[in-house]
Amino acid sequence: MKFGVTVFPGSNCDRDVAMVLRDLLRQPTRMVWHEESDLSDLDVVVIPGGFSYGDYLRCGAIARFSPVMQATIEHAQQGKLVLGICNGFQVLTEAGLLPGALMRNRDLHFVCDRISLKVERTDLPWTQNYQSGEVITLPIAHGEGCYYADADTLKQLEDTDQVLFRYCTPEGEITDRSNPNGSLNNIAGICDRRGNVLGMMPHPERAADPLLGGTDGIKLFEGVLARAAAIVS
Amino acid sequence: MACLLLSIPKPLFGEVSDARVSHSRIGAYPTFVTLSAVIQTYQARIYVTLRPSVLDPAGTAVQSGLKHLGYDNVEQVRIGKYIELKLSAADADSARSQLDQICYQLLANPVIESYRFELTEVSTSLGTGAVS
Repeated sequence: MKFGVTVFPGSNCDRDVAMVLRDLLRQPTRMVWHEESDLSDLDVVVIPGGFSYGDYLRCGAIARFSPVMQATIEHAQQGKLVLGICNGFQVLTEAGLLPGALMRNRDLHFVCDRISLKVERTDLPWTQNYQSGEVITLPIAHGEGCYYADADTLKQLEDTDQVLFRYCTPEGEITDRSNPNGSLNNIAGICDRRGNVLGMMPHPERAADPLLGGTDGIKLFEGVLARAAAIVS
Repeated sequence: MACLLLSIPKPLFGEVSDARVSHSRIGAYPTFVTLSAVIQTYQARIYVTLRPSVLDPAGTAVQSGLKHLGYDNVEQVRIGKYIELKLSAADADSARSQLDQICYQLLANPVIESYRFELTEVSTSLGTGAVS
């Protein structure tokens, strides 16, 4: 399974993602510069965290118009996998691949922490290696992670089970206090209707190497590989 | 031709027409315009603000700061962006149409923001090639 990690001016989690894919999971992985427009060799496109184009205007607003994003939109439209982490999630909403928007955190602070997340759905490649309702711990690090969508969009997201991760207490309760940024319905990660595009604020790549004190994130990437294995066999 | 230029512009994007609060009309229009030959330069002042339904935590924080300063009479502080740009167009209507597209496509995120702009004509220059 071949992965591509997009690199915008200002991306800063691109090498972390590549390290997980290439060094921990031994998958062919290439860095994709933002000016590239041919992604036809890739199975999965990962848009990493960071501050693409300096977060000028709005987070992800400028990245959306780059050649690599036009190609990523086509990639997604073919039903292929796209993962946006943190700034990558913001880029995906700006590009219209995912509904809603990510706004300034409720308390205006940049939040850098480890938080508990509830896995809401496990029938997709992204989450199939988790148990339904499992509580996992992943790092977050963002200033604009407050998920917002209008009431109709939010209802549709919930009705179609597009919320994959929610902020929760260590016991798995969805409460206001366990919500680090004010996201509506404690939303931390959503997919599109078909489930092939995932955007999430937490960083699974930062919880993949045991040396870094947590491995709850690697299951996400392993789930993607398991799907590939299922298709081949 | 001048009265054509002063006609009310039609919303370009029906779905965002509610986001367009007003288009102020500032500046005089020339009376000798021939569309094929003259290009106008316009100064646009664009205001991007959060939609009323969207919470503005920064605005709330500023309001709280103002209250601490003793300004108890201040309410509904909302923080937005102000953008200036110049663009050339055949007339004010086409400038407005283009500004609508610019705002809708990039300057504002219609999911959370609305915009309005003011347009001022700054100069008139002869276009190349076309003479009438």
